[in-house]
Amino acid sequence: MRNSFVKHYYIMMIPGFLLLLLFNIIPMFGIVIAFKDFNPGLGILQSEWVGLENFQYMFSLKDTLSILYNTFFIATLKIIGNLIVPLIFALLLNEIRHIKFKGAVQTIVYLPHFLSWVILSGILLDIFAYKGPVNSIRAAMDLGPIVFFAQAKLFPFLITGSDVWKEFGFNAVIYLAALTGIDESLYEASAIDGARRMKRLWHITMPGIRTTVVLLGVLALGNVLNAGFDQVFNLYNPSVYSTGDIIDTWVYRIGLLGMQYSLATAVGLLKSAVGFVLIIISYIMAYKFADYRIF
Amino acid sequence: MVNDKSHGSRIFDSANIILMLFISILCLLPLWYTFCVSLSDKTAAAGGIVGLFPVGFNLSAYKTIMKESAFFNSLWISLQRVVGGTIVSISTTVLLAYPLSKTKRELPGRNILMWILVFCMLFNGGLIPWYITMQGLHLTNNIWGLILGGGVQVFNVILVMNFVRNIPKSIEEAALVDGAGPWRTLFEVVLPISLPVLATVTLFTIVYHWNEFFQGLVLMSTQDKYPLQTYIQQLVVVVSTSNITKEQAEKMGKLSNQTLNSAKIFIAMVPVLMIYPFMQKYFITGITLGAVKE
Repeated sequence: MRNSFVKHYYIMMIPGFLLLLLFNIIPMFGIVIAFKDFNPGLGILQSEWVGLENFQYMFSLKDTLSILYNTFFIATLKIIGNLIVPLIFALLLNEIRHIKFKGAVQTIVYLPHFLSWVILSGILLDIFAYKGPVNSIRAAMDLGPIVFFAQAKLFPFLITGSDVWKEFGFNAVIYLAALTGIDESLYEASAIDGARRMKRLWHITMPGIRTTVVLLGVLALGNVLNAGFDQVFNLYNPSVYSTGDIIDTWVYRIGLLGMQYSLATAVGLLKSAVGFVLIIISYIMAYKFADYRIF
Repeated sequence: MVNDKSHGSRIFDSANIILMLFISILCLLPLWYTFCVSLSDKTAAAGGIVGLFPVGFNLSAYKTIMKESAFFNSLWISLQRVVGGTIVSISTTVLLAYPLSKTKRELPGRNILMWILVFCMLFNGGLIPWYITMQGLHLTNNIWGLILGGGVQVFNVILVMNFVRNIPKSIEEAALVDGAGPWRTLFEVVLPISLPVLATVTLFTIVYHWNEFFQGLVLMSTQDKYPLQTYIQQLVVVVSTSNITKEQAEKMGKLSNQTLNSAKIFIAMVPVLMIYPFMQKYFITGITLGAVKE
């Protein structure tokens, strides 16, 4: 009886796989552009094959080192920030006993996660503007105004800070869920034994969520080449390219706008390939350490 | 919850509450500030006087928007994208997730198909190949480019698939005994039970389509085809970041219409703010529902 179902299952999957084929799989074949001197007029097949020339050229550009460094630096800052801040916040929020207050705070802090970077950038650029509120506060403290988003040295930290602000509430959900999974009776038993808050935190809470923390850390490693295109693209400007230009923004500017298709595809391919390897490694580690599987 | 009665503990509790209040305000303040600017007098906004409340309350920014057809045009494009994109996304996701939730025996070749899907989630050809594909499919400057361009959101498929796998076998077997074929089982038995995960995925998809700006920027060559986020990005964000030196900032202050920009930003926020309370209920459970339970 089930055998006749198989035909129908495959029919069901046709639309999905068609979409996958057209928009996920076929673009993968475009990778060959990285090995050719792509001429839009001639098309992909007719363009000249140049082997690894584009890659050699890429490594000779001084831009390349800069974007790689910026990408790693910003991504690493974000990984650290997005692991630690939500954790501390979750631990603190967990100590609040008033349930309605706790719920209200949670509701409020998840909100920035759902707003787009277009909107948040518009808001942030206004708040940190030359004549904006932050500079007004600086003026009140007798400090001169800064054009915040034009400072290359500040830029990676502004990016990280605003990203942590946006995501900490949402990221804390996972920690909070893990915290509620810790057995209440452990706390009660320890209280009878005279353990106070710090001891309880150290001996019960931390071990209880250790697996979750490790898991999230390991999974985050797979993302170390994604410094956050949407955010950086909306917040950056030529003054901060030296510290703010990441792989994806560079590929967009030089590759798409500048029409250096072959070069940009080569860079993109490298990023995708390295990213792929990193993610596989991180999933293997997650499986080994925390029994985590996606399917 | 264990109660400490010590002095130090009580101080901590009070400080914690104050900290939480402070953090909550920190999250809301930027949004509130934008709202206030949108309701303020134009020169006050440019001069940076607007603080916690509007200065020179007036609705002129919103009135101007009402007359601005480009804004509504982009809004309409975004709405089309959200509705079209969500319908396409959810239907293909469900139609993929249900068969893939079957075991290897019930669906021969299942494992290969899963690996293909997961591979697509982990690796992609990059921006340029995607763009050239879209050109080749004649989906540039076309609303269908926005609706279909994202491809399959494999993560959602996996989420729904895991949920369906956790549905007790007996329910589907009862349907089988009643003579239901795969389609009827899907629509009349599995879907109704899967409402929580479907609601979660739908809401996330809606927000994704609403917030997306980059595809609009890359695929459309004229402003009249931009979805709302791209429209705002070009008018507000690009202008802000291109006037970033001190001298330019001074000049811009006199020309830019911050109240208008803030009003546009605020309006773009409103749909998300409205859906948001409904999402609350779903997304916490939704994330855990889709997890593998073995």
